Amino acid sequence: MKKIVIVDDEPNIVMTLEYTFKKQNFEVYIARDGSEALEILKTVIPNVILLDVMMPKVDGYQTLKIVKENNKLKDTKVVFLTAKNKASDIEKGLKLGADKYLTKPFSVKKIVSEINELISS
Amino acid sequence: MSNYLLFSIIVLYLASLFVIAFLAEKNAKSKWVNNSVVYTLSLGVYCTAWTYYGSIGIAANSGVNFLPIYLGPVIAAPLWIVLLRKIIRISKQHKISSIADFLSLRYGNNRFLGALVTVVCLLGIVPYISLQLKAVSETFQLLSDDSSYVSTTVYDDSTFYIAVLLAVFATFFGTQTTDASEKHKGIVMTVAIESVLKLVFFICVGAYVTYVLFDGTGDIYKKMAEAPNFSALTSVNGFENGFIWLYTILLSFFAIFLLPRQFQVSVVENVRSKHLKNAIWMFPLYLLLFNVFVIFVAWAGNLNIGIPDQAEYYALLLPLQNGNTFLASLVFLGGLSAVISMVVVSTLALSVMVSNNLVIPYGFLDRFIQNHPERNAKYIKNIRRISIFSIIIIAYAFYVNFSYELSLYSIGLIAFVIIAQLAPSFFVGLFWNRGSSKGAIIGIIAGFAITFYTLILPFSIQAFTGSNEFVENGFLGIESLKPHALLGIDFLSPPTHAFFWSMLANGFCYLLFSLLYKGNYRERNYAEMFVDSRNYSDLQDGALVWKGEAYVAEIKKVLNKFLGEERTERALSLFFRKYNLAPDTQMADARLINFSEKLLTGSIGSASAKILIASVVKEEEVSLIEVLKILEESKETISRNKLLREKSEELTQLTSKLKEANVELVEKDKQKDEFLDTVAHELKTPITGIRAATELLMSESDEMPSDLRSQFLKNMMQDSDRLSRLIHNILDFEKLSKGRADLNIAKFNIRDTILKAIQNLEPIAAKKQVSIINSNNSDLFAEYDEDRILQVLTNLVSNAIKFCRSEEGEIVLDYKFEKGFLQVTVKDNGSGIPKQDIPHIFDKFYQSKNQNIIKPEGSGLGLAISKTIIENHKGEIWVKNNKKSGVTFGFQLPFK
Repeated sequence: MKKIVIVDDEPNIVMTLEYTFKKQNFEVYIARDGSEALEILKTVIPNVILLDVMMPKVDGYQTLKIVKENNKLKDTKVVFLTAKNKASDIEKGLKLGADKYLTKPFSVKKIVSEINELISS
Repeated sequence: MSNYLLFSIIVLYLASLFVIAFLAEKNAKSKWVNNSVVYTLSLGVYCTAWTYYGSIGIAANSGVNFLPIYLGPVIAAPLWIVLLRKIIRISKQHKISSIADFLSLRYGNNRFLGALVTVVCLLGIVPYISLQLKAVSETFQLLSDDSSYVSTTVYDDSTFYIAVLLAVFATFFGTQTTDASEKHKGIVMTVAIESVLKLVFFICVGAYVTYVLFDGTGDIYKKMAEAPNFSALTSVNGFENGFIWLYTILLSFFAIFLLPRQFQVSVVENVRSKHLKNAIWMFPLYLLLFNVFVIFVAWAGNLNIGIPDQAEYYALLLPLQNGNTFLASLVFLGGLSAVISMVVVSTLALSVMVSNNLVIPYGFLDRFIQNHPERNAKYIKNIRRISIFSIIIIAYAFYVNFSYELSLYSIGLIAFVIIAQLAPSFFVGLFWNRGSSKGAIIGIIAGFAITFYTLILPFSIQAFTGSNEFVENGFLGIESLKPHALLGIDFLSPPTHAFFWSMLANGFCYLLFSLLYKGNYRERNYAEMFVDSRNYSDLQDGALVWKGEAYVAEIKKVLNKFLGEERTERALSLFFRKYNLAPDTQMADARLINFSEKLLTGSIGSASAKILIASVVKEEEVSLIEVLKILEESKETISRNKLLREKSEELTQLTSKLKEANVELVEKDKQKDEFLDTVAHELKTPITGIRAATELLMSESDEMPSDLRSQFLKNMMQDSDRLSRLIHNILDFEKLSKGRADLNIAKFNIRDTILKAIQNLEPIAAKKQVSIINSNNSDLFAEYDEDRILQVLTNLVSNAIKFCRSEEGEIVLDYKFEKGFLQVTVKDNGSGIPKQDIPHIFDKFYQSKNQNIIKPEGSGLGLAISKTIIENHKGEIWVKNNKKSGVTFGFQLPFK
């Protein structure tokens, strides 16, 4: 089964994503910030991580860096999902090694197709 | 004490002075050498052997009449701040090195006047120096036990050797540079130290006589009161004596400015004019200390010794009489110190005058023009060295041949009267621009002639022939020409009488001939510069009006002769840079002429400098009107330039202010960008929630379990609320922080406001089972905007509810009146705030990194808004963690 880790501190948003990916037959793990995500990643090697940027404690950028250093996660795709939509923000995110950069507000359908496309490629 | 021992002490003493002078020269920039104390003490050169011994003589024989000699300087001291500061400013600006140069320059580089002043000074001071030598010689003999031994030739007279040693000292430290306006810090330092020594030793003997030989001042007074002439000795007798006092005070007032040695230490050697500030009180204090014991030593001498002829040496005789040779030696050394400083400084000053105002301008100029610069420098130094030796030798010769009969006091006063002849042209010339060289020259000659007739001539005749005939009968037996009673004025003492008449004639001639003969344009030019020195010091080199043709190369040639090529090049390149002139400028202008004259003045005197420069330039006469016009114009230019400079400074300031403002704007812009970013982010968050939930509900409503569907709907409502709250808060915050929100200030009872806030929040608190307690129930009326303060309270309390654990939470509100402020506190027992968050807690959109509150509560603006509200009330808001648990927020409002 495909595994996804959703990292976001907004419970209402998380709820919609959780529902969506469960319906897509993903095994869904939820983290409220980077540190919770890293905790989960110790035991789970997901296909994809959906990562918000602005979060308390450990933010999205830091989380990505740590994920990239972890050899076990070299096949895991990382997708930013954030309200930061300035060109410079996007550039920064991709430079850090994110596989995709999606912005909020989002269309659920689009998210799903983007993620599926990423995994199958 | 044996002669040899005594002489070795003297030599040792002089040697240590050499060392001190040497060290001071070596550390010429040290603050130990350049300070107001050294400056003041160097002014103490005023106190010579005359003070040391002569005052006691006068006090013993004619009572308090020794005092006016010190009252003049005491009166003059406060005026220094104005007068001496002005003289110092002028002298520094023009590199003046002596009083002769000062007067010569004031009256348009007048060569004859400079020479005349030099001669007058020589006539006054050389006998004065010889009297100093006499004092050394006589005290030497008193102290040595070889009283039977009388020196028969010069070669075995100790005084001769002392004189030679002093000459060597003055030569060595006085002629290190050719530029006489340079400071002689070695000499000044020794003078300062000698001033201390002579004062300390004098006070020692005074105290010894008063408290050891007698039983204090009262004892001396009581014993003296029994003496027959007591009242005459303690009072100023009548009208005539009053005049004598007045004139003597005036005389010493002039002397403190005009004596060449005083001019040397107070003006030429002045390092910083601000040293005057301390000198004006320290110097009078010094003189006062010096005079404390004079009268008691004198009376004690009268009582215990009682030989009027020896009265001048009571200070030495009293300890000797009581077998205290040690103290007597100290007194001797003190007197010697007084002599050394006087002789060294006087000869130094005189030698500069002789070389720069007499010898060089009247004989050596032509030779200098042909000579090599190094030889010129050597020549100039040698002229000064020879002058120093000659002056001391002549003074010694005078002492050996003539002065056995003269007292310290009388010669001292004669010197003062002679020097006072410079007073009218000096003092009036400083403030009256019409004073002319003709007036000055005629005045000085007339005054000196009268002094000669009324004082020097009778004094000399009396001293050398012993006859009183001239004084008794007058010239050719004419009654009204009696030298001590001209025109029948017979109530004054001879010196004051001479002073009175000579000053009258001198001043009258000066004024009359100044009015009759205007000076030439150069004279008027310098007169303007001296009189209005403050104004023209701005003009600097431009203050000299000069018209004519001169080549820079020619002037350079002259300067080379005296300064050497290297110094000339350096000075000129500095000059060109200062005035922004091209280094290859061909024609010299007035500024360069003035600058070059100044460069030469220190070495060869102002008159010679003018003559030298004039020899290589074609000068045109400029009319007086033109001089004044040009001066006026240059003053205007200066003030215009000043205005321009001020304006440009203003512009520079404005530019930098603009830059700052720009930086601030950029910073503000950046902040605004960040704020907008954050706002956008905050707004997008609930919209994202709503957008996603709506999409899910629309497409999948059929398959979705109903409880989940209603959860999504609830979320949507929550997000909508959050969105509208956010929008409201953002607008509110913007309004408050721009100061656009008017406060409805009125008088309210803070208890009621707090109760309202509690009432509003009670339902939420109850839900979480948190209790809110109002711990104070007293009335406290203050003026504030109730709605706004309610908003703050609601904010703080609801924050507190948020951070309290349910069931255990307790929130306590309190208020009090303290130090003019109404203080309100909200205290909870929640989790507290991490230390690193405290400084940022009131920032907008700041969220603690450790915050574990389930979103979406709050807008991130609550505390920022509260802070702005309190600040708009001119109050303060703060937060601190409690000792046990939880946190206390508090604010204070100014109490009206």
